[in-house]
Amino acid sequence: MNDTPVLAVEALVVAPQAGGAPVVDGISLTLAKGEVLALIGESGSGKTTLALSALGRVRPGLAVRGGRVRLGATDVLCAGETVLRDLRGRRATYVAQSAAAAFNPSLRLDFQVTEPSRVHRLRPLAEALAMAHSLYRRLDLPDSRRIGKRFPHEVSGGQLQRFMVAMGLIEGPELVVCDEPTSALDVTTQVEVLKAFKAVIRDGNTAALFVSHDLAVVAQIADRIAVLSRGRVVEQGTTGEILSSPQQPYTQELVAACRRWDRSRRPRPARAGSGPARLEVAGIIAGYGPRNRVTGRPSVLAVNGVTLSVAAREVVAVIGESGSGKSTLAQVIAGLRPPTAGEIRLAGRRLAPDVARRSLEERRRVQMVFQMADTALNPRHTIGRILGRALDFFGRERRSAELLEMVRLPASYARRRPGELSGGEKQRVNLARALAAEPEVLICDEIISALDTVVAAAIVRLVEDLRDRLGLAIVFISHDLATVATLADQLVVMRRGEVVERGSVDQILANPGHPYTRLLLASVPELRIGWLEDAAERAKVATAEPVELPA
Amino acid sequence: MSGAIDAVAAPPRPARRPLFWVSLSIVAAWALVALLAPILMPHDPTDFVSDDPFAAPDRIAWLGTDYLGRDLLARLIGGAQITLAMAFLATLLASLLGGTLGLLAAIAGGWLDAVLSRIVDIVLSLPKIIVGLVVVAAVGPSMAALIAIAGVVYAAGVFRIARALGADIAVLDFILAARARGEGARWLVFGEILPNIVMPLAADFAIRMSFAILFMSSLSFIGLGVQPPRADWGGLVRENLSALSAGSWAPIFPALAIASLAIALNLLVDAVGDRRQAVRARDE
Amino acid sequence: MHPVLRFAIGRLGVALMILVAVSLLIFIGCEVLPGDVAQVSLGQFATPESIRALHQQFGLDRPAGLRYLDWLLGILRGDWGMSITTRVPVSRLLAERLSNTARLAGITTLVAVPLALMLGLLMALRAGGRFDRVASIVVLALSATPEFLIGTLAVLIFSVKLRWLPAVAHVSNGAGLLQFARALLLPIGTLAIVVTAQIARMTRATIVNQLDSPFIEMATLKGVARRRIVLVHALVNVVGPVANVVALNIAYLVSGVVVVETIFAFPGVARLMVDAVQARDLPVVQACAMVFCFAYVLLILAADLLSVVFNPRLRRVARVRGAGA
Repeated sequence: MNDTPVLAVEALVVAPQAGGAPVVDGISLTLAKGEVLALIGESGSGKTTLALSALGRVRPGLAVRGGRVRLGATDVLCAGETVLRDLRGRRATYVAQSAAAAFNPSLRLDFQVTEPSRVHRLRPLAEALAMAHSLYRRLDLPDSRRIGKRFPHEVSGGQLQRFMVAMGLIEGPELVVCDEPTSALDVTTQVEVLKAFKAVIRDGNTAALFVSHDLAVVAQIADRIAVLSRGRVVEQGTTGEILSSPQQPYTQELVAACRRWDRSRRPRPARAGSGPARLEVAGIIAGYGPRNRVTGRPSVLAVNGVTLSVAAREVVAVIGESGSGKSTLAQVIAGLRPPTAGEIRLAGRRLAPDVARRSLEERRRVQMVFQMADTALNPRHTIGRILGRALDFFGRERRSAELLEMVRLPASYARRRPGELSGGEKQRVNLARALAAEPEVLICDEIISALDTVVAAAIVRLVEDLRDRLGLAIVFISHDLATVATLADQLVVMRRGEVVERGSVDQILANPGHPYTRLLLASVPELRIGWLEDAAERAKVATAEPVELPA
Repeated sequence: MSGAIDAVAAPPRPARRPLFWVSLSIVAAWALVALLAPILMPHDPTDFVSDDPFAAPDRIAWLGTDYLGRDLLARLIGGAQITLAMAFLATLLASLLGGTLGLLAAIAGGWLDAVLSRIVDIVLSLPKIIVGLVVVAAVGPSMAALIAIAGVVYAAGVFRIARALGADIAVLDFILAARARGEGARWLVFGEILPNIVMPLAADFAIRMSFAILFMSSLSFIGLGVQPPRADWGGLVRENLSALSAGSWAPIFPALAIASLAIALNLLVDAVGDRRQAVRARDE
Repeated sequence: MHPVLRFAIGRLGVALMILVAVSLLIFIGCEVLPGDVAQVSLGQFATPESIRALHQQFGLDRPAGLRYLDWLLGILRGDWGMSITTRVPVSRLLAERLSNTARLAGITTLVAVPLALMLGLLMALRAGGRFDRVASIVVLALSATPEFLIGTLAVLIFSVKLRWLPAVAHVSNGAGLLQFARALLLPIGTLAIVVTAQIARMTRATIVNQLDSPFIEMATLKGVARRRIVLVHALVNVVGPVANVVALNIAYLVSGVVVVETIFAFPGVARLMVDAVQARDLPVVQACAMVFCFAYVLLILAADLLSVVFNPRLRRVARVRGAGA
């Protein structure tokens, strides 16, 4: 290993310009040549701010209050614009979270990928293009000679993320900073991108700063892990150390929240799946766009013939990747998107397709919890008003405090507005609002997908608890098989609007029947080193029966 | 720091603060003048205080006299009352009409939205001043007609803004949650959406009022607005236009009054910093 | 069909429909509402017989629907009717005035647009700097300034005090270029100031909005210089919106022209219309209103088309599809 580290962060403090608690609070790190260091932490832990500082970038509204960041011998926080411009894109590069936003929509991909070579005048354009094309090939992009002539909106999300990796690596940088590079992707795509990325940086002996909230992803790629919380490094060690013997309580909690598949942890109560169905959904067909005059079907079919039923005290998980139609299904059940065919029964009685035609009592008995905790609460109303409105509307007595207590929030929160709450707290209020109606059926639409691992685990525990206390029938919609595995009794796997497999969770996890289910199972990162290397192999075995992968 | 691109996004707030206060005081001052006009007027605006038309400012007439020898200051204060009242009423009419229909279109969608949007498209593709001229040609110039014309043509602009703002909100989950509960249109518009767009709508009100002032003053200036002996600011510029050749400032004062109020309203909104309002053409 | 072409044809249809709707509105505004043309035309000499005679002469005794169709067909044939007050064909009145107004608006556009684009770009390049802050305030203030303040101030300073330029923009036929330029300098200057300010402000805002995008941060982190970021990364995305802004503001000239022609007693269409409104010469009012609405709708149409033509997504859809076929 080389003597001078590629990157050295010394006691860095970054705080909001307007004052307030530091975002990065005295962090020191070093990164050696060819090493991959993962920064893991929740949103708000300062990981992105720290990562960007490696490129001498401080986002507007923030200011460096102390410490140094050196890239090789260059102090990037003191460097002038010219020096920074010279090192960015050449010695140190950036791979952003959302490729869709980070690519200029009006410029061709080749142009953008080769721009670092161009602006630094490192080589003739033809040579830069040849290098880009060879990178495309190594990143498993199809038709590597021609695909770069497209515009960003003409390739898929997973492909675009690979183009971003190519853009970051084209000039063989000493350091590549990756900010959640695979978080926006579906699990099956994530595996592919991770694998390609890992291979390319290994080949180039490139050091990487890999920011993520997902410990299982990080475990596949990092040599070392630094766990961040509230602007500080809580714990730092090799990946093996962190995974096998986490020292700090926070790290332990994080690792515990990531232990997937571990169904033995929760003994299965015998009651599951017993009793008559509370909610039955049969033969639902729904979609978007104008309907076909002959068949009566919408032009874009999102849900195609889905059937499921839930009993009291039962959780049925609907699982699928983006575009599988699972959220549309949730809206159909809630009456927000009337289906073109099929029926919904509540305790044996047929529900009107359109929510406007359902009785107040029927609406009360089926409640929905929405995906985005941020947007599901009106930012202008206090929590008390939000809960109060739901209680009044369904003619229940005012018991906001009791509802808050039910979701483990202090009664004083009734005076706060959503903006003053964290993501997890907002999702609890969301649950409380649904509970205000004293429902029998709860539809949870991706309620944990926007939350950090530890917070999400707590919400899942809360949902379990509510089910047991209130005897709810729950439809739990998610893309995250790992979380669902510990919560659900029944599993419904959806793909492109259709159910590909259904059954008890235990049975499906132990013995998945459909190749797509096998692929999904194989794609969920496990918290162990070397999983990624096996994953491709297993995916191949899993899909011996060929499955068309979502592009 | 990493160069000036970073500085772009950081709002130069502190530097704009004085501008905020200056523009706020100008608007407030004119509002006060309009409200207290009967008390503030040194003379009756229709009294002849001098035998000379376009007399220079003196102790009796601080800004000089107009083309008939009346006190220009008194007429300016009287004009403030007319100008502000008309612009305020027209903007209020436009905001109530356009805002309500716009939000309704945003949550209702479907044919209601389609029909209203097409009508608004047509109104917006007419040059406002020409609409004003045609209507005045038909019904004759009157203050009520001016307010009605301005109210209706500007309602189309408010409709667009309100519909866009409303449509942004209407797709959010808290609206879906309210719909799933079975809430009616009234609660959706006034209980859920409106509280979230009050600020941009208020900013829009201020900008649109400045446009309404310019619009009505222009009509008065070409002689088709408020009719003598009354005069709004635009009318004052017109009646004293002949003073220019004598080198008198008589038409400049009312023109300055219009400019000061219109500019102050725009600077005020700019200083409060609503980006969406920043890119707006006068005739939109 | 090429999607841009399809869009263009669609918009053209909408524009035509709007024009028909406008003609109907103008017709209703002028004919159905109270205020009888004959009464106004004859003034105090009106007797029931003379009014009836005039009604017959202008065909006003026929049903409104028929008169509307006649009028619309007349417009298409170039027969715009007869002025009531001057008894001259409206088309002849329009012909001479139209070229004057077109010249006024055209030269203003030629002056204002390049100036405004340069100013807006310059401000965006230095966004946040002192030049930008000062210019932003000046430009915002000017864009909210009434033309008649700028116009009257200009007359007071350049015509009355300095005596450099004529206060009244008389353009006699056969006037030399120099005389023409001198006559038009003040009206054009007045119009150009407001239009330049508006275009510059909106151009700057459009570019600066782009500079907040994540892909601009990405470009910065690739080591791309600020100038190149604005001139390459931001500009490719703002050509459409800015073209739209320009067309909208040229359309705004319709309003500006009405005021400016009044200040400088400029013999243009707007002046003709204002006089006709005062005289209640409704055939002339109708004709002028149609001319202005036609120009306005055309420019708004141009604005729509430009923003689509410069939208890379729409352009590309066509190209990719073409290549695939």
